Amino acid sequence: MAFQEKKLPADAPIADKALGWVDARFPLSSTWKAHLSEYYAPKNFNFLYVFGSLALLVLVIQIVTGIFLVMHYKPDANLAFASVEYIMRDVPWGWLVRYMHSTGASAFFVVVYIHMLRGLLYGSYRKPRELVWLFGVGIFLCLMAEAFFGYLLPWGQMSYWGAQVIVNLFGAIPFIGPDLSLWIRGDYVVSDATLNRFFAFHVIAIPLVLIGLVVAHIVALHEVGSSNPDGIEIKETVDEHGVPLDGIPFHPYYSVHDLFVVTIFLAVFSAVVFFAPEMGGYFLEYNNFVPADPLKTPPHIAPVWYFTPFYSILRATTSEFMIWLAVGVAAYVALIIIKTRLATKFKIAAAVIGLIVIVAMFVFDPKFWGVVFMGVSVMIMFGLPWLDYSPVKSIRYRPGWHKYIYIVFGIAFLILGYLGVQAPTTIGTLVSQVCTFIYFGFFLLMPWWSVMGTFKQVPDRVVFHPH
Amino acid sequence: MSNEKQVDPGRRGLLVATCAAGGVAGLATTGMFVSTFQPSERAKAAGAPVEVDLAGLAPGEMRTVEWRGKPVWILKRSEAMVNSLKQTDGQVADPNSERNPDELTPEYARNEFRSIKPDILVAVGICTHLGCSPVTRFATGAQPSLPDDWHGGFLCPCHGSTFDLAGRVYKNKPAPDNLEVPRHMYLSDSTLVIGKDEKGEA
Repeated sequence: MAFQEKKLPADAPIADKALGWVDARFPLSSTWKAHLSEYYAPKNFNFLYVFGSLALLVLVIQIVTGIFLVMHYKPDANLAFASVEYIMRDVPWGWLVRYMHSTGASAFFVVVYIHMLRGLLYGSYRKPRELVWLFGVGIFLCLMAEAFFGYLLPWGQMSYWGAQVIVNLFGAIPFIGPDLSLWIRGDYVVSDATLNRFFAFHVIAIPLVLIGLVVAHIVALHEVGSSNPDGIEIKETVDEHGVPLDGIPFHPYYSVHDLFVVTIFLAVFSAVVFFAPEMGGYFLEYNNFVPADPLKTPPHIAPVWYFTPFYSILRATTSEFMIWLAVGVAAYVALIIIKTRLATKFKIAAAVIGLIVIVAMFVFDPKFWGVVFMGVSVMIMFGLPWLDYSPVKSIRYRPGWHKYIYIVFGIAFLILGYLGVQAPTTIGTLVSQVCTFIYFGFFLLMPWWSVMGTFKQVPDRVVFHPH
Repeated sequence: MSNEKQVDPGRRGLLVATCAAGGVAGLATTGMFVSTFQPSERAKAAGAPVEVDLAGLAPGEMRTVEWRGKPVWILKRSEAMVNSLKQTDGQVADPNSERNPDELTPEYARNEFRSIKPDILVAVGICTHLGCSPVTRFATGAQPSLPDDWHGGFLCPCHGSTFDLAGRVYKNKPAPDNLEVPRHMYLSDSTLVIGKDEKGEA
């Protein structure tokens, strides 16, 4: 096709002419339409649907504040701690930039956890949005990596010992573990070499991947269209132009909603930044105001709050607990064999894998399995689209008692999170072991419980009351 | 117009060869980047043996020195402390240091005391679980995070592993192994060198 430029009358405004010139060379108007002004989102979104936009806002805050922090920070074991103090005390407004960045890290996880909860409640991960969910879990992993790498940079006591513990997690892997953790550190202990590479990951490697995944997440979402609290596909009911009857353009209808919530969010965010940037030791741990000392671990070390549910699962895996985990694996394999209609070869495979895992549970250290279960507790989220068999997407049309399952799961997750910041106790370990079972049971038993009970009739059109 | 002509085997062969050669170059480059993560020559060179003067170390007193960036404890055990090791024999996971002896316990320390001299313990103060440095809990008896019949030893603040006064890990704790006893030797009665023994440097 020959090159074509939109014909405009000679007296057309200069802006229109410029836009026409660009549009002939770059998909500007069409991208704007596809993703904003003619992207039709269901009209029955509720409050929980703003957290995606908020996450994007926090990402921008983190990138912008991060760029300015890098201008003053020194990634050197001898200078790092002092350079952060320099930012806090001597750089004009440096304290504000840093507090925005540190508060932004926690805000990111608050927003993303709520965003994920929304997905869980309304079945946003179900077909055809599996890839949206997978990219999303990838983003979550990147965020965890980003938070972990970034936490070493201030080179305080918690930075140092937190990194020491997490890098040593890899050392638990049989055979290659010790060499692997040596390779990650680049030295025999966490040192300047470690700090330098973590800095590189934190400021360039992970952010690049993160931004790529965010683009993929949004592109995949806009390809299939947003879900909604009713879990109804609005694209199935369209008008003569192919526009969903229950859809409204994202811009201006939802951009305005989001902008309103952004003002509330920024008010809360500013309140934390200005009045409680340390958040009682949860956003910035007090021990991290002490320079890193390789000879002395602080008396109580705990990860930052957003890692603690998974960290609790790590701590729950003691040698006494292994027998229960082995029983759990055996029971699960039995369930697969007795209760599914899988082909025989899959059942045999399940039995063999189960047997290998059980044997390995007694061959390798519980330390290794703690790492495995912590890893699996995050990775299992990738499997969600293929674990949920319920005939409806949204919790609104599930049997009433399904709500209790979600509540129990949510409480177990919160308890794990709480115990993860506390010092280890016998009773705490026991409770976290019970919660570990609930956590994994929720996901692994989902193929069974998600189809049980009487489901409500899903309407053809979304439920929406104009206001 | 037909673009689906038969494949020209000569060109296809060249294409495959180019891809293979390019792939090899790509792999080699990846290998190079991966290798940069290894400890540098400077990191490897650091870590000379450390000499410690034991004069003036009172019974029950512990000194910490840095060796290869790690804390090394030198604990002069009192008579009561040495005797406590008899009582903990049954409660520790590996009383005779049989697990991974080559990495954790040099030959001359494979005894109940895990030391050359019964009263002086030399151990790397890094928990074998995830690398925190345990804290001293020398007082005996019931205390927070410790059992009621505590005989004195070390508690890891991170995940609650406990060790007796010979650095032996208690049963059913997250840490799988006893604390590492570094290679060490006595140059004189009161001079200790860490990171070196009769067989050479560690």
